[in-house]
Order: sequence, then C-alpha cells, then structure tokens
Amino acid sequence: MADTRTTGIPFNVTQGSHTKGGIGESTLRPDGTLKVTGEFAYSSDMWHEDMLWGQILRSTVAHAEIVSIDTGEALATPGVYAVLTYDDLPTDVKNYGLEIQDTPVLAHGKVRHHGEPVALVAADHPETARRAAAKIKVEYRELPVITDEASATAPDAILVHEGRDDHHSGHVPHPNVVHRQPIVRGDAAAAAERADVIVTGDYTFGMQDQAFLGPESGLAVPAEDGGVDLYVATQWLHSDLKQIAPVLGLPEDKVRMTLAGVGGAFGGREDLSMQIHACLLALRTGKPVKIVYNRFESFFGHVHRHPAKLHYEHGATKDGRITHMKCRIVLDGGAYASASPAVVGNASSLSVGPYVIDDVDIEAVALYTNNPPCGAMRGFGAVQACFAYEAQMDKLADALGMDRVEFRQLNAMEQGTIMPTGQPVDSPAPVAELLRRIKAMPLPPERQWESSEGSDVRQLPGGLSNTTHGEGVVRGVGYAVGIKNVGFSEGFDDYSTARVRMEVINGEPVATVHTAMAEVGQGGVTVHAQIARTELGVAQVTIHPADTQVGSAGSTSASRQTYVTGGAVKNACELVREKVLEIGRRKMGSYHPSWATAELLLESGKVVTDGGEVLADLVDVLEGEAVEVEEEWRHRPTEPFDLRTGQGNGHVQYSFAAHRAVVEVDTELGLVKVIELACAQDVGKALNPLSVIGQIQGGTLQGMGIAVMEEIVVDPVTAKVRNPSFTDYLLPTILDTPTIPVDVLELADEHAPYGLRGIGEAPTLSSTPAVLAAIRNATGLELNRTPVRPEHLTGTASA
Amino acid sequence: MRVNFTVNGRKQEADDVWEGESLLYVLRERMGLPGSKNACEQGECGSCTVRLDGVPVCSCLVAAGQVEGREVVTVEGLADYANNRSCAGSSCGTTLQEAQGWSAEGTDSQTGEGTELAPIQQAFIDAGAVQCGFCTPGLLVAADEMLERNPNPSDADIREALSGNLCRCTGYEKIMDAVRLAAARQSEPEGV
Repeated sequence: MADTRTTGIPFNVTQGSHTKGGIGESTLRPDGTLKVTGEFAYSSDMWHEDMLWGQILRSTVAHAEIVSIDTGEALATPGVYAVLTYDDLPTDVKNYGLEIQDTPVLAHGKVRHHGEPVALVAADHPETARRAAAKIKVEYRELPVITDEASATAPDAILVHEGRDDHHSGHVPHPNVVHRQPIVRGDAAAAAERADVIVTGDYTFGMQDQAFLGPESGLAVPAEDGGVDLYVATQWLHSDLKQIAPVLGLPEDKVRMTLAGVGGAFGGREDLSMQIHACLLALRTGKPVKIVYNRFESFFGHVHRHPAKLHYEHGATKDGRITHMKCRIVLDGGAYASASPAVVGNASSLSVGPYVIDDVDIEAVALYTNNPPCGAMRGFGAVQACFAYEAQMDKLADALGMDRVEFRQLNAMEQGTIMPTGQPVDSPAPVAELLRRIKAMPLPPERQWESSEGSDVRQLPGGLSNTTHGEGVVRGVGYAVGIKNVGFSEGFDDYSTARVRMEVINGEPVATVHTAMAEVGQGGVTVHAQIARTELGVAQVTIHPADTQVGSAGSTSASRQTYVTGGAVKNACELVREKVLEIGRRKMGSYHPSWATAELLLESGKVVTDGGEVLADLVDVLEGEAVEVEEEWRHRPTEPFDLRTGQGNGHVQYSFAAHRAVVEVDTELGLVKVIELACAQDVGKALNPLSVIGQIQGGTLQGMGIAVMEEIVVDPVTAKVRNPSFTDYLLPTILDTPTIPVDVLELADEHAPYGLRGIGEAPTLSSTPAVLAAIRNATGLELNRTPVRPEHLTGTASA
Repeated sequence: MRVNFTVNGRKQEADDVWEGESLLYVLRERMGLPGSKNACEQGECGSCTVRLDGVPVCSCLVAAGQVEGREVVTVEGLADYANNRSCAGSSCGTTLQEAQGWSAEGTDSQTGEGTELAPIQQAFIDAGAVQCGFCTPGLLVAADEMLERNPNPSDADIREALSGNLCRCTGYEKIMDAVRLAAARQSEPEGV
C-alpha cells in the first residue's frame, strides 16, 4: 500500500459501545463527527508530499477530425513532468465503457463531443499544469454535428461510431441508435377502438446534471511492484477496476483501489472520469499524481441525465378505465454509450407508470449524437417517462371530467398486476394508498406570506428581489405518482460481497464489516453497523474502508445498496453467527441442554435462547478465537427483455412514491415559488428512519430542480455546452426549497432482506410532474416541457 | 510572496504563494486545512465559507494576499471558536481581540469520538443534516455566524442566511431542523 507520506487515506471507523441501534432505529452516522469537524478526507483532499497535479486538455469543438497535436511547448514548460496523448497509451486497449467499450481514454483522430479528453499534463503546481495544457496546439477539422433524431437517422447521416460491432449493433434500426427496446402486449390498436376519449401529448425533458458537490478527483500513487494504488471517489470500485487495468496493461491485483471520501454521486460517478488519466501520469512520471476537476470541467467530466422527447397516446372509457397506451421515447445518449442501453430498458419497461394497462405498444430508443454523453442519474429512464405519463393522466381525467387523483386510484396497479413486460408484481404496490395519503395531508394556508407583521417577500415568487407583494400571484396544486425498479435488471448478475469478522478486543465482542460498497452519502455505512448489531448482538462495530481487497459490492446505484450489500452483510453475519454458535457448542455445549435443542440468538453480547435464557457471554465463547466470513449474496435472478416483444421478468423489485406540489406563480413575471412538496412513499422497512426521510427529501428536491430551474443548455447548432457553471446551471438553494413533509409507509416485501425496499430514486420521479401539474393548475397553460422557465409562463418564449 | 495571517487563533506564515492563489488554495494546499471545500471556485456554492475578521466569506473569492494580517476561522477551528464565544443575554459575538486570545486545539481521536463540538456541529449530526457532507463545513460556518447574530431565527431568516450554501443531498429539510435544534439548545438554560 501507499507509504505514510500520503494523507487522507481512509481508515477504520468504529462506532463504540455507547452507540445504540439495530435495524429500524435512527442510529447516527459513524462518520458524522468526522464530517462536521472537517476531518473527513474527500478524494479532493488526498495529498502526498511530492505529488504532481494532473490536468486534462479537452476538445473545444463537438465533432471534428484531429489534424495534429503539438505538445512541444507544453512539455518545455518549467515544472511540467509529462504530456501524454493517444500515442502514449501503453497497450492495445484504448477504450473503456460500462457496457460498450466505445469511449476513448484519449481522443484518437476524432472528437465526438464538446469537452472530450485529448491530452494530459502532469506538473508540480495545478496552475502550471493548466497553463501548460493551454499551450498544447490541437488543429481540428470540424465535421457536421448530429444533434437530434432527424440528423442522427438521416439517410446520409455521418456515423458517430464507424464499424460498430457491439451486441446491440445487430438489432438497431440505424448505427446512430445505441439500443432500441419495443414492448408489445395485448392489442393497443384494437383497444383504442373501445376508448371514449383519447388524449395525446408530445413532451420534452431537459438535460439534467447530477451536480454532486465533491468534484471528480483522486490520487494515483505508483508502487514499487510496478502497480498503482488509486484513491478515488466512485460508485463502484470493481467496475472501475475492470475498465482501468487493461488500459494500463496491469493485472487487476496490481491496481489497488480504495474508496476516498465521496462528495455525492447520483449516478454521475458510474462512469470513469479521471481514474485512468491519473494512473497513466503516475506510472509515466513515477510520482503520485492528483487530479481534481474544477466545476467547469466537472460539467464535461461526467455523463448527464438523458434529455428526452416523448410521444404518448392514452385512451379511456367513460367509466374511467384506461383502455390502452402507445408511446415512443427518444433519449439522447450523446457521443458515447455509457448506460444508455439500460436506460432504454427502464424507460420502456416503466413507461406505463404504476397503472393497469393491458394493451400497450411501446418503443424506446437512445441515440448516438454529438451532444454531451448521457448515462446514469437518479431515476434512470423512469424519470423522463413519469414526467410524460403523469401529464397524460391529468389530461385523461380532465377529458373524462373526473377528479385527477380518483382517476389515478381507479387505474392504480396493485400486488398481482401484470407489467407490460409480462412480469407480475409480486409484492405490495400501494399506489392508491400513497395517493390517498398525499391528498389527505393538510394544505398550507392561503396567502402564507402574510402574518400579523405584514407580508414577508421571502415567501413569495421572486423572493428578496421584491417583485410582488402578492399581486398577480396564483396558487396551484398538482399530484403525481411513479414507479421505479430497484437493483440491476435484465438478467444482470447483480451480487454483492461482504466480509464480516467477529472477535474480542479489550474484553468486548467487536464486529468488523468490510465491503467494497461506495458510501456516497446515502448512509450505507450506518446501516451496515446496524445490521451487524442486530444480527450479532454486539455494541461495537468497525467499518473497514471500501477497497478492492474484498469482493465486489456492485454499484451504489439503482436504489440497490441497502438491499444487495445490506443483504450481503446480513448473510455474512448469519454465517458468522453459525460459526460462533459452533464454537459455543464445542466449548460449552455440555453445560446446558439448550445448546443442542434451542434456537439460539446473539443479543447484547450474549448467546441466548429464543426464550430469552442466557447461555453464555460472547466474550467467553470467542476467547482466543476470531471468526471471519466473506461471502457473495444475490437477489432473485432476472431475465433480459425480448428484443421484439419486450417480454421478460426483467426487474427485481419496484419502488413507489407519490407527491403533492403546492406552488404559487407570479403570472405577470413567470416566477414560480414551490410552497410545499409533500411525499408519501412505501419503503418496505425503514432500516434507519432518519436516513430514509433524508433520502426522500433529497430526491424530491432534485425532482423539483428539473421542474423549474436545472438544465444543461446545449447549443443546437454547435453542440457546445452553454452553461457549464453554477452561475448558469441553477441548483435549488435553501431559499428556493419548499417544506417537504414525508409520510413513510412500511409494507414488507417478503423477497427482500428485512422486507426492505430500495428507496433512493422513487422520490425523484413524481416530484417533477407534481410541480408541473401544480403550475398548470395555477396558470391554465399546457406546459409540455421541463424545466419551466419564466418565458414559458408569460408567453414570451421564442420556441 | 509571503502571507502572514491568523488561522483558528494561530499565527501562520505561507511562503511561495502565487499572486493568483486564493485563500481557499492556501488553506487547503499550504496550511494542511482541507476542511474548507472547493466545489465551484466562483462563489456560488458556499462550500468554502470561512470567517474573515468575523465576516463569512467564500474563501475561493478572496485572494491570498488580501488576508495579510487578518483573522481566519475555518471549520477546523469552529468548535473552539463557538465554545469560546462570550454570550451575555442577546449581545452575542466575538471581537477580534477575543478571537486572538484563544487557540484551536487538535484532537488525537481518529474517529472523532469524544471530540468537543460546537452546538451547530452536534445539531447537524443529531438532526441527520449530514449526508455526503461536502457542503457541511461551509454550512456550519455560515449557520454558526447566523446564530451568533440572530439567536432566535425564523425559518425565513434561516433560509435567507443560508441561501449562499448549496446542498445537493438533503433537500435542506434536515439542515433547517439542525439550525432550529441548535437555536433551541442555545436558548435552553445550561445543562439541558
């Protein structure tokens, strides 16, 4: 491992015996104290006394041939140790990618999007590295840009990727389509004949950024054995490793990865960013290399949420039953595939929403274009669909003259409903109940900005800009509900690994939990300690840093970590418990007949019978012995979706949330203030209620962001990003944020550990359409795109 | 250039500072104080908030040379700073002279257990206001300063005071809870 001159290396964190709380309790974070004192080391805080700083030169154009690269002047700059281009890559493996290895480590002869990495610099000061990178002369010959479906699939369209031979290339209608997934069930055309009303809509969803606050960063330290130690913020260490090692020409055991502190992720760290670049520079210079993106570069350094165009048709009979649904969802995947195929699978299979619709005709595609690459972000394909189908539900209810919530409840799915993929929903699906709960919550008072002391402009649209004291302000209320899958789908071997050790230290039984799970802020480490306390009856739990010295935990994505790595920790604890009891039986079995006959548990540091009789102290059982187990754990297997019909048991579990938004709109200026965004969600079992509510509130606000402010704006002519900064890409501040009351429902899923349901993403789905519905309700406008801007509300939008 | 200033009550001297370096860079890369975070480098996110002569500032927007001879408090010194604050009745605040009279003390505890915390720090932990934690140092410095000025803030006051600090994880609700909690504990009599 790296030497002692590296600072910021993660260490064991122990929750001492004064910490209480097994599963179901709101135990506090084991890393909380470190995080509030500034001592918690994030990847950007890593430091080594003679380290260099790496800098990436990125393309200034979206689509071009590279005529020449001249690195001479950069290399001659004092303080510069190395300048690398494609020609310096050490092996034949020069691309990487999550599913399709189409992403060049450094551009080769061509760039396909604005901000693509072209060259690398290592220097002794970050500013030296930046200035040297600016001295690299790259001559581009610009090519026409592909920016939408029409330009991507035109007969003479330039192919974003020539000579595709990936596993999707054989079934797509055009080489500029990454993946296509139709789903056909029943007979939508025949069912449409039965409909008394038919509503259609075309919807546009903007490009959202994960905007995690901790920028992409890490430290690569070359090792004496020719390998490298890499400390980095990521969502999945082992997936990174699989992509990094071949490019470096190293066996995987010589690329030792450790998770450094992660400042948020939300999908944006599923793909590699600076990992390979830092390793290449470290191996070339023989010195530790740190790379930290600034915010500008971060906007180019990770994939975004797919912008989408969605066309929907729904029909219903007069009694309020939905007859059919047809939809076509076009996702812009940008220049490289990233997670696009899986996003297509989600968008198509979840495109009906949480409703019973037997006759459907669905198609989802992701395009290759020269826009920024898009991939994973919280909600992953289900978000875009939910925005559209929930707008459709309101339209249908209105066309029938029905109450919008009652119409949804009438058509709501429940346990036993068959998904359009043919998969039965085999655990609770309390969609109607969530809607009932959200509607039953008391509404915030009218004219809430007024009090006995006068009106507070901070609670009005426009806020401290003091643009209104209530004149022209109209309230609206909107409802929405959504469905998200949990875990990796479509036949993926979605396992996790946990290593649990139990021993006596200083006269006390202690459990150590070691996984490769990326703690990105969600509180997985808290839950692991809770599980160990519940299963092993210990008070003191040590969480080992996540690294590649233990088996894969899979990704901190898809709302899956508490389910899958939580499941792996629970499983490993159960195996440890069995071994502890074996030792107990061996040492003490003759003292009491219950050792042989009773169901035995570990509680409060003791071995007890299920009747509560104490048989032994764990300290005595484990005296002189340590028990350790490392074991993989899997949830139920899934199947791929059929490429023609979309049929297949593709998903592991579903997660449901509903929102009610209350907005106030200044109709003269087009300013929106979201007053309240209430959420009801079924979580199966809240392992840590405080963290569950925190996840729901955070997800809810990200959904509000894409409703009213967040969007990466890409120039339609040049395909260049226009707003790569927090000045121009607007995130909700605490002033923009409404109160977010949360109602948590716990209906156990018998297939999942403790009955839990993955919770992280569902609240991001219905938040956006609820806010849009509320704005429509306030203004009477149709509003078929998100985010909504003032010009859309005042009739001054140009297009 | 050389910059002399006081950080968390201790005199510091930074050598070989480039004219273009920010206070944030000097704190993080030259002083070994990475608690202040760099998330946008343009004053939009507040992650790098420190006190400069008592005033909360984005340290990424302060040129290192501007702090010559001045007082800086970072999250690393917040506990000592808050706990040394003289607070009689409603006249809370720390004078420069008072600030110079104390020094931050290091802690030996790796996990931070047993560390003495400022009330706002404890409240952030207790209320669940920390998720990834990257915004936390800046928010703590800003929230502590607000409670110093305004011990009984309304919700609208809290939102206004913290509107320069972005958080992407929490939806801000638990941050509101934490500040309310710290304010309530502050107004309780001693020992509660």
